[in-house]
Amino acid sequence: MKPFAYHQPDQIPDAAKLLTSIEDSKLVAGGMTLIPTLKQRLANPPALVDLSRLGNLKGITDDGATITIGAMTPHAVVAASKLVQAKIPGLAALASMIGDPAVRSRGTIGGSVANNDPAADYPAGVLGLGAAIVTSTREIAADKFFLGLFETALETGEIITAIRFPVPLRAGYTKFKAPASRYALVGVFVAKFADGVRVAVTGAGPGVFRVPPMEAALSENFDPSAIAAIKIDNDGLTSDIHAEADYRAHLVTVMAKRAVDAALS
Amino acid sequence: MQISFTLNGRPTTVDVEPATLVAELLREQLNLTGTHIGCDTSQCGACVVHLDGLPVKSCTLLAPALDGATLLTIEGLQGAPGSNQMHPMQEAFREHHGLQCGFCTPGMLMTAIALAAEKPDLTESDVRHGLEGNICRCTGYQNIVVSVMAGAAAMNAAKGE
Repeated sequence: MKPFAYHQPDQIPDAAKLLTSIEDSKLVAGGMTLIPTLKQRLANPPALVDLSRLGNLKGITDDGATITIGAMTPHAVVAASKLVQAKIPGLAALASMIGDPAVRSRGTIGGSVANNDPAADYPAGVLGLGAAIVTSTREIAADKFFLGLFETALETGEIITAIRFPVPLRAGYTKFKAPASRYALVGVFVAKFADGVRVAVTGAGPGVFRVPPMEAALSENFDPSAIAAIKIDNDGLTSDIHAEADYRAHLVTVMAKRAVDAALS
Repeated sequence: MQISFTLNGRPTTVDVEPATLVAELLREQLNLTGTHIGCDTSQCGACVVHLDGLPVKSCTLLAPALDGATLLTIEGLQGAPGSNQMHPMQEAFREHHGLQCGFCTPGMLMTAIALAAEKPDLTESDVRHGLEGNICRCTGYQNIVVSVMAGAAAMNAAKGE
């Protein structure tokens, strides 16, 4: 790692000011993506702004029709939360599948969502549930937040404080893991609401995306058989050392069927 | 920058560059070489330590994160407090031959102890899933799983006493 200055502000406005005043400075939450990136010198920020001392960014609250998860809440806490398990078991299951136990101790929901890795798990849950990303300045709908490979709607100095999830009637997540990294080769989140179904896919392309034909079919009949014949277009999907686009497209259908199964169980 | 934390029960204050990994700090500055660096990419788990009671990979943790925290490394494990005994999980690894070359063992032990502490009624499936982030290239895991089950049972028995 190249040397960097380290700031540990205890107020969000102070953190925002540091971010805007020090060019190329970066926020660090759990560091599960940022630290490996620094070690490989893929990023050389002059300063890191640590979010761990900002109050009120940890914890899960029940708001009735929604639940709100603080940005600095680690994956292990979401996975073990009785509230999340009761209200959105698919989301607790998703959190329990991220990385490994040590990664889940440190990695945070805010960090994962802000980073928007194309194979991360949380973006599928956030988009699949149509969550709201609450930041230091505004609220952003998931549909407008994820803009493709590591790109989000966040502006410089804008800090995610929480994610607010609508409670669905049913939801499920399944992923096919890349065995070494445990990232999703393909992961699919399915959520059923009173007014329809949402299907979000991670790992398959340069960013998380929805699958309208599957959403329409599942809104008619929420059963794996309803989407068995729907295969998404290979165009724009990722081909790499782990899998060709064609195989990823195939996995989307398989994982989506299993996610519906998981939502029904 | 100066950071203060509790290391294996002792108050510790050190000067570090912010760009220092906890694994480096332990091994190179504090001479605690029991924490191993296997892959340095947070995949192998040889560097697992407990930060405020939770298992974390010390090769993917910046030293400033230690400030005000409690850190337990493999060197801090012990049986009955004040005794010269090994921790029940260490005993179980010895008894059941849960290692061959031993390189992954510090991380295996730290992960296993956290797992057993979190869930008293561990099943074999829990152990296999719980060791997902710890790689062993010698044993084929069979004796490690047997050791963790036995060590967890011994930890429960010790807690009941």
